[in-house]
Amino acid sequence: MVTMEIFPAFPVFDANTLSAIKLTLQLASLTTLFLLVIATPVAWWLACSRSPWRGLVNTVVALPLVLPPTVLGFYLLVALGPKGPIGQFTQAMGWGTLSFTFTGLLIGSLIYSLPFAVQPLERAFEAIGQRPMEVAATLRARPLDAFLAVALPMARPGFVTAAILTFAHTLGEFGMVLMIGGNIPGQTRVISTQIFGHVEAMEYAQAHWLAAGLLLFSVVVLLGLSLLNRQTTRVMP
Amino acid sequence: MHFRTVRFGRMLAGALGSMLGACVCAAEVSVAVAANFTAPMQKIALAFEQESGHKAILAFGSTGNFYAQIKNGAPFQVFLSADDETPARLENEGLVAAGSRFTYAVGKLVLWSRQPGLVDARADVLRAGSFGRIALANPKIAPYGAAALETMTNLGVLANLRPKFVQGENIAQTYQFVATENAQLGFVALSQVFADGRITQGSAWQVPASLHRPILQDAVLLTGRHTGSRDNPAATALLAFLRGDKARAIIRAYGYDLCASQNPCRVAP
Repeated sequence: MVTMEIFPAFPVFDANTLSAIKLTLQLASLTTLFLLVIATPVAWWLACSRSPWRGLVNTVVALPLVLPPTVLGFYLLVALGPKGPIGQFTQAMGWGTLSFTFTGLLIGSLIYSLPFAVQPLERAFEAIGQRPMEVAATLRARPLDAFLAVALPMARPGFVTAAILTFAHTLGEFGMVLMIGGNIPGQTRVISTQIFGHVEAMEYAQAHWLAAGLLLFSVVVLLGLSLLNRQTTRVMP
Repeated sequence: MHFRTVRFGRMLAGALGSMLGACVCAAEVSVAVAANFTAPMQKIALAFEQESGHKAILAFGSTGNFYAQIKNGAPFQVFLSADDETPARLENEGLVAAGSRFTYAVGKLVLWSRQPGLVDARADVLRAGSFGRIALANPKIAPYGAAALETMTNLGVLANLRPKFVQGENIAQTYQFVATENAQLGFVALSQVFADGRITQGSAWQVPASLHRPILQDAVLLTGRHTGSRDNPAATALLAFLRGDKARAIIRAYGYDLCASQNPCRVAP
């Protein structure tokens, strides 16, 4: 009597579920794309700089690893609100407030997944070291050219790892979405909050199938990308 | 170095001893409490401990979560739910002591805004719809959300307002949305915005009880294998204390209603 059926009959996914899946993939892809662009210069600076600020910046980047997502979400809710600094700025720009919007979720995800993009890139850049850049400089490459032609291709495994981790981490994002999302279908209701809603409503069949789907998808993505990563590492001499 | 180790060992032994001592001198009851009842329950537990000498260990959370945990062997002896359906369901599943279920509080719904003057006494603000977002608890899982939905249906404003909905997963989160003004107004529990007999700030409309089914919050004594509640004097004492005058006064002071002969919550079967 106390045991529950683990996998009851497959429930047909309704429009809400499909839109949650689509939204989650959109959020994870956009977060990955933006974060790779943002994290590259930050990681490069962290890997190369001898500035006394380096330690502090490293700490700030790592903070989302430590802070509970609901805490992060609560501060975001306050900051995005009409009285908060971001909210006042967006209102002054005529955009309204960003809480309960997809853009708001995207901003939250960028902060939440930041260390997962920066840290692998930083390790990759550190591993390359200054030597290849110095060689490029002796061949009269300007710093930016050297970075694009030498450092970026050499750090490719780091980029793949950063992309995998960021994407996967955003897929499973929950506490923050719960705090600033408002559960709006097609806007802020992602897979993780949908699963939570099913569990809370005691609709365990839907929750099981959706959770299993998310699990399977994550395994496939992680496995696929790590195989890809191994290949690229092998190609590199 | 050696001396330090010895001292540390003694401290550890002392700490363990005092913990064991606390366990043998008073019975303990583990209570799962619906999040909306957090503040009154903390006060009630304190009064209960002073009066009985027993200790109440409180866990706060959502009713749906507690249901899943209790079904899967969570070691709670008493469950204070946010609704009457979940305890009834547990009762049907044979996890509740027969005859222990009763309504310990009746929730009151309020439409609330932090802006003074936004919410008027006749709820015309809902008909005008001149705001960006309105917050309510997820009606599928939270009784206050279901009551809010019913209220808007009965006022005939549901279709107009639905595009402006933002939903909290529970009533505490819904309160946060309104308190931080991310939503201009929202349906929250009166207990969240009520102190010393009045609304603490902003503007509010107390939803008449005629506009939705009553929000009955039921308590039960759990009897699952893991609970050990049958021979726990603290569990039965706490449920008795909840029905008593002291607890009822606290519950009222936090903006809840009570079932009484002049206010029968449930029609007798």
